[in-house]
Amino acid sequence: MSWKQLEEGAVVKGGTSSTYIVSGWRVKRPVINEAKCTNCLICWIYCPEPAILRHEGGKVTIDYDHCKGCGICETECPPKAISMVKET
Amino acid sequence: MRDRVPAEGHQHGEGNVTQVQTTRVAALQGDEAVAEAVRQSDVDVIAAYPITPQTIIVEKLAEFVADGRLKGEFVPVESEHSALSACVGASATGARVFTATSSQGLAYMHEMLYNVSGMRLPIVMAVANRALSAPLVLNADHSDLMGSRDCGWIQIYAENVEEIYDRTIQLFKLSEDPRVMLPSIISFEGFILSHDKERVRLLEDGPIGRFLARPRHKHRLDPDEPLTFGAIATPDSYFEFRKQQSEAMNTALQVFDEVETDFEALSGRRYRAVDAYNTDGADTIMVINGCAAGTVRAAARSLNASGEKVGVLAIKLYRPFPVDQVVAHLSEAKSVITMDRSMSIGAPSGPLSEDVKASLQASGISKPVMSVVYGIGGRDLAVEDGKNIFGMAKEGSSFGAALMYGVKV
Repeated sequence: MSWKQLEEGAVVKGGTSSTYIVSGWRVKRPVINEAKCTNCLICWIYCPEPAILRHEGGKVTIDYDHCKGCGICETECPPKAISMVKET
Repeated sequence: MRDRVPAEGHQHGEGNVTQVQTTRVAALQGDEAVAEAVRQSDVDVIAAYPITPQTIIVEKLAEFVADGRLKGEFVPVESEHSALSACVGASATGARVFTATSSQGLAYMHEMLYNVSGMRLPIVMAVANRALSAPLVLNADHSDLMGSRDCGWIQIYAENVEEIYDRTIQLFKLSEDPRVMLPSIISFEGFILSHDKERVRLLEDGPIGRFLARPRHKHRLDPDEPLTFGAIATPDSYFEFRKQQSEAMNTALQVFDEVETDFEALSGRRYRAVDAYNTDGADTIMVINGCAAGTVRAAARSLNASGEKVGVLAIKLYRPFPVDQVVAHLSEAKSVITMDRSMSIGAPSGPLSEDVKASLQASGISKPVMSVVYGIGGRDLAVEDGKNIFGMAKEGSSFGAALMYGVKV
């Protein structure tokens, strides 16, 4: 794009990265074993992103568009219901 | 008082005047003159941290706000980095914002300087020049601002207190012009000007208010319509943002002239981007910036009286650098002397010298240039020194490597 077309001062509309996919560099993905999950929400509290989505009744799923694969959820999960699986 | 010859626009202060509004003549220190100009410019937000020799500016402004004489917000901060950061937020809302610093404080702001210019925020800052540590020194040279030379701010070096006052007012208009939208710095030597009391012909508040109309910023922070300033760029676009700043800087050279015309109508005073003293027909022209310009004019005047053809070119506007005007004044001279009050250690010569040589070279002009470094860490430069330097250029012995004038050997 020509310098004449860019917005001066690099000013853009405010917002968040919620609409972007920011997980391209993930090496391992967390997978929840629903049989072991107690819905304690420890993973939801610890996820720095947050990429743990909380649903009715405490059920959790992973937002893979925003999960960077840090593995904190796997480490913190008390019943060991989360395991990191290498991306293929 | 030392012999000194004022700049031309300053000598003929009552020249082309249509509505001179001078009401008071006061004896002010340079720092006090800045504070008075800021008060009269109706600034909305000031965030600054005191540092010698800029301290009086901050004290005075805090006093003005406390006394209700300035209806702005004074934000006390814990550092210069925070000062300029607070200014960024304030300026992004569309407020008129001012700060001031010196030396280490400017160095501490360095990172934020680029954020301000990159976000195109028209903040005005006063820099009371002081040499950098180590060793610690309180006195003036230009190495603080020259160290931040490439930060994308408009930069003016004033040479007396009245010019400091006038330039501070002018810079709000120049920076806020929608064609420019760049921050600017009024720079002047610490103690020599910051603490020197001089006669200042003050202007009235009302006409300054009309001179400084408030153009509405295109983008303003608003809680209802959030914006991100200075958002991320990639190698695909960063270069183009810098090109925009460079174009705005070129435009500022033209707008500077318009601002001076408007200011002349108000005050009868005009300084121009460069001030030429007896340069027509001069064999040797000395190029200098800052307060020593008056001193070397006195040296030139004395030499002129004994038939020597020498002149002085004072660079007032340092960024954008007025290349064409510099070249026009120097083109006929047989030789040029450049006077740098800062050291670029390891470089062939000082920054002012390099700008002058690059300007000449770009115009296809080749002539002997004697590069002098002087006044480092507040070392004095007297009229006799100016005459000595002209004499050395006449002998022709010191062309080539930069000469450190006055260093003890």
